[in-house]
Amino acid sequence: MIPISWYLIVAAALFSIGLFGVLARKNAVAILLGVELMLNAVNINLVTFWRYNAPETVTGQVFAIIVFAVAAAEVAVGLALIISIYRNRKTVVADELDMMKW
Amino acid sequence: MTPENIIWLLPLPPLLAFVIIVLFTNKSNKLSHSVGVGAAALSFIGAMYVFISALGVEHFGEHPFTDSIPWLPLGEGWLEVGIRIDPLSAAVLFFVGITVFMIFLYSVGYHNFGQPKGDHDKKGYPPHGATVEDEHGHKHTVPSVEPMYARFFAFIGLFAAGMYTLVISDNLLTLFVGWEIMGLCSYLLIGFWFQKESARNAGIKAFMTTRIGDVFMLLGLAFLYTATGSLSYEVIFSEATLHALASTPAFWGLSVAGAIGLLLFIGAVGKSAQWPLHVWLPDAMEGPTPVSAMIHAATMVSAGVYMTIRIFPLFSAGWDHHTLTPAMSIIAFIGAFTALFAATIAIAQNDVKGVLAYSTISQLGFMMAAIGIGAYVAAAFHLVTHAFFKALLFLGSGSVIHGMEHGVLHTGDHSVDPQDMRNMGGLRKKMPITFWTFLIGGFALSGFPIVTAGFWSKDEIFADAFAHGHTAVFVTLAIAAFLTAFYTMRQITMTFLGEARTPEAEHAHETPWTMTTPLVVLSIFAVGYGWVGIPEEFPVIGGLLPNWFHDFVGHTLAHPLPAPEFSMIPLWTSLGVALGGLGIGYLTYRNFKSADAVDPMRKLLGPVYHFIENKYYFDEAYDYLFVKPATWISEVFTNKMDQGVIDGILHSFGKVSYFIGHTVRDKFDTPVVNRFVGDGSADAVQWFGKKLRKMQTGRIQQYMFSALGVLFIIFIALYYLVLA
Amino acid sequence: MTTMKVLFLIFAAATLGSAFMVVTTKKMIHAAFWLIATLFGVAALYALLNAGFIAMVQIVVYVGAIAILFIFAVMLTRKDLRDSAKPLNANWSSAALLAVLSFGGLYLLLSQWAGFSSTEGAPVLASGMDTIGQLGEALVSPNAYLLPFEVASVLLLAALIGAVYVANEAKNK
Repeated sequence: MIPISWYLIVAAALFSIGLFGVLARKNAVAILLGVELMLNAVNINLVTFWRYNAPETVTGQVFAIIVFAVAAAEVAVGLALIISIYRNRKTVVADELDMMKW
Repeated sequence: MTPENIIWLLPLPPLLAFVIIVLFTNKSNKLSHSVGVGAAALSFIGAMYVFISALGVEHFGEHPFTDSIPWLPLGEGWLEVGIRIDPLSAAVLFFVGITVFMIFLYSVGYHNFGQPKGDHDKKGYPPHGATVEDEHGHKHTVPSVEPMYARFFAFIGLFAAGMYTLVISDNLLTLFVGWEIMGLCSYLLIGFWFQKESARNAGIKAFMTTRIGDVFMLLGLAFLYTATGSLSYEVIFSEATLHALASTPAFWGLSVAGAIGLLLFIGAVGKSAQWPLHVWLPDAMEGPTPVSAMIHAATMVSAGVYMTIRIFPLFSAGWDHHTLTPAMSIIAFIGAFTALFAATIAIAQNDVKGVLAYSTISQLGFMMAAIGIGAYVAAAFHLVTHAFFKALLFLGSGSVIHGMEHGVLHTGDHSVDPQDMRNMGGLRKKMPITFWTFLIGGFALSGFPIVTAGFWSKDEIFADAFAHGHTAVFVTLAIAAFLTAFYTMRQITMTFLGEARTPEAEHAHETPWTMTTPLVVLSIFAVGYGWVGIPEEFPVIGGLLPNWFHDFVGHTLAHPLPAPEFSMIPLWTSLGVALGGLGIGYLTYRNFKSADAVDPMRKLLGPVYHFIENKYYFDEAYDYLFVKPATWISEVFTNKMDQGVIDGILHSFGKVSYFIGHTVRDKFDTPVVNRFVGDGSADAVQWFGKKLRKMQTGRIQQYMFSALGVLFIIFIALYYLVLA
Repeated sequence: MTTMKVLFLIFAAATLGSAFMVVTTKKMIHAAFWLIATLFGVAALYALLNAGFIAMVQIVVYVGAIAILFIFAVMLTRKDLRDSAKPLNANWSSAALLAVLSFGGLYLLLSQWAGFSSTEGAPVLASGMDTIGQLGEALVSPNAYLLPFEVASVLLLAALIGAVYVANEAKNK
């Protein structure tokens, strides 16, 4: 059967890819995509540890579901912000949104 | 739905009604009273369902309805809150449900729903009446609707929620919460007509007086919690705990159990208006009559008795069924003394509600005395029957006042007090429903033999006191019962019998159906409820119905006390005092013909009457002993201590500081600190700022880089410092 | 090499590959589609972990709702992002370094855990165990997760209202 380390490595890799997306992409929507990847990586970890360490309880799954809800809320607000910014500044490139600089 | 779930929900409808009325419907009288009465009806149905389910459980005492949830984490464990309906609280729930619902309904009529708005009614004053023109152009003065109609229903809703909370609690903490909610509502409702100074003062007086009791009760709760680590009935009334508490001495020869019981009992003294904290209850009659009925007769003041019955195992711990424990003796003394003392005052009252107020104090004294001598079942029985007939009497008196106000508006003579019994007379013809129901209530209060509920409950107290040899209590209560019958008959005679003594009484009117229906319903209970507690050995009718109440409520405790042995002496006493008092009362007052006539008792008692009429000068004495000194001390403290001594010290501090400050500024601050430290540091910060502001690029991803970089550094540092 | 392991490797490779495409592809709309592929891959991993319900929710919520939202957002903000522009910013190389570092760090951390080197599979689930039923009861039972569940719903409501308010054009006038 599949050892637990495999899942954890996949999750770590997915997390790092998401991190890369967040740091390196220009488009603000793409940054949010990266955040979604990171959240998914976390969820894989939660479900994995549930399955391997405590299958008789449901705690891991419940946490995963809460993460879903948080992700949905985050995407809704994040995309609304991006659309609002786009309407005002005609751009979604993160580097050009530097009104807050010195 | 299991009964447990229903019990949890019982306080909810009135509470929601309070919130809804306060927040949303307060502009509409109709919506507000629909919400209020509807909520009371819901809780009433729930309470009846719970009560009937409780009847269906065999050995209910051993298997009460309980449920609890963890509430607050407390270090090692949880503070649990929960519900518990055992036989005692089921019986209380029964009468609370009925009386609360009836009083809500009655309030609709009492506050003149459907009548026009008053000509110059203002919020905070009772309604003064409105002028209307009929189709012939004649002007009439009719009662006007209460200006704060919606607010009233909000308050009594909150009150009902508090009462239900108190009854369903399984621990003293939530009981105390309900207790305090009711204290607040009581204050708000006594001072409901807050523009009247007397009402304001009465509210404050009630609040302050009950507060004295509540502080002691809180002390008792704290003591109990330190001693046992719990406030739940289940734990504190377990035999092991009680035994431990009873065998630990506390102070003044009391065991810990007795000391806690007494502290809690002082709370009940305040709430149930027992001597010496009785002074607030008569003043509380300043509130609207439904309030007097609900709070100050049927439910809230009963809460004190209910709580005392609850904690009976505590202060009776170590009782061998012969010699009373010290705590029990004190309770019995206060109860019996209050019963007699308040009954004497009631004789000389002329306010129709005043008589009932003192009668309430006196009847609560009966119950306390019964608890004190260990007859807690009899106390519970009297508690229930009293709630019915006293609510009935108060609502009846409200109906009378309402009818008299009608007469006052008709004649337009506002100098006539519609609450003064001397101005009444002959109302039986004008207000037949009120008369008959009031008569039933009055007879129940006097303990009219066989038919009324009051007879059976009072008889049981007498029987208990006699059978266990508490002769002093027995005699005191017998005299008090005689006086009770006497002043009740005095009230009925002066109010309803004879001929009208004023034109206002002639023009009195029967009240609308919303007010008379509760009267009729309550009068049924005032008669019928007694039949559930007839002793089995009673001549002729004993044993026709089983002595259900004793059996049911008695099993609240693990070891129920046996019903007292039957004896003819208390029976004859109770028959004698009731009939004697009623008869003498009628004979004395049937010749009271005119509103200005001298009271027959004044002739008989002379200067003593004057003493009684002024309530033994308790108010004046308290004013002299507590209020005046408190004011004096406050004045001394503000004028002498605060403004003279403390302010003087503070001012000299100020002067010294001022001097030091000046010196330091001129010699040190300006030349040294400002020049070098102040300007120098500002320059340095400015220089750093200029260099560092380049880092603030405003680009979010660069910020993330920095954050992650720092995170990595911290992480690596921690890794090597802590883990490795 | 059991069938399960083979399956796992296929799904993991698909997931990671499409995730990589999400963060590197030039066209935003393609990135959104690659995200859908990644989410399906993750759902498959859940299924391999016997978390059927989570897998379903992953597809319904993530693919069905969140990914669609992304596609809408991409299309609504499209004019600016001419697909000829570079998808990555100037710092992409240091971002890649940081990503590798974080993977390395995570791996290092995980490898210190005793259970990491175990080659055993997941414990066998008790036969007839109804994880979905248990999960449903746990979510609405006051003794378990009712409160977090309700808080999450309040959070969603707040996000809904916030999103409507933020994206509402009228207030800018």
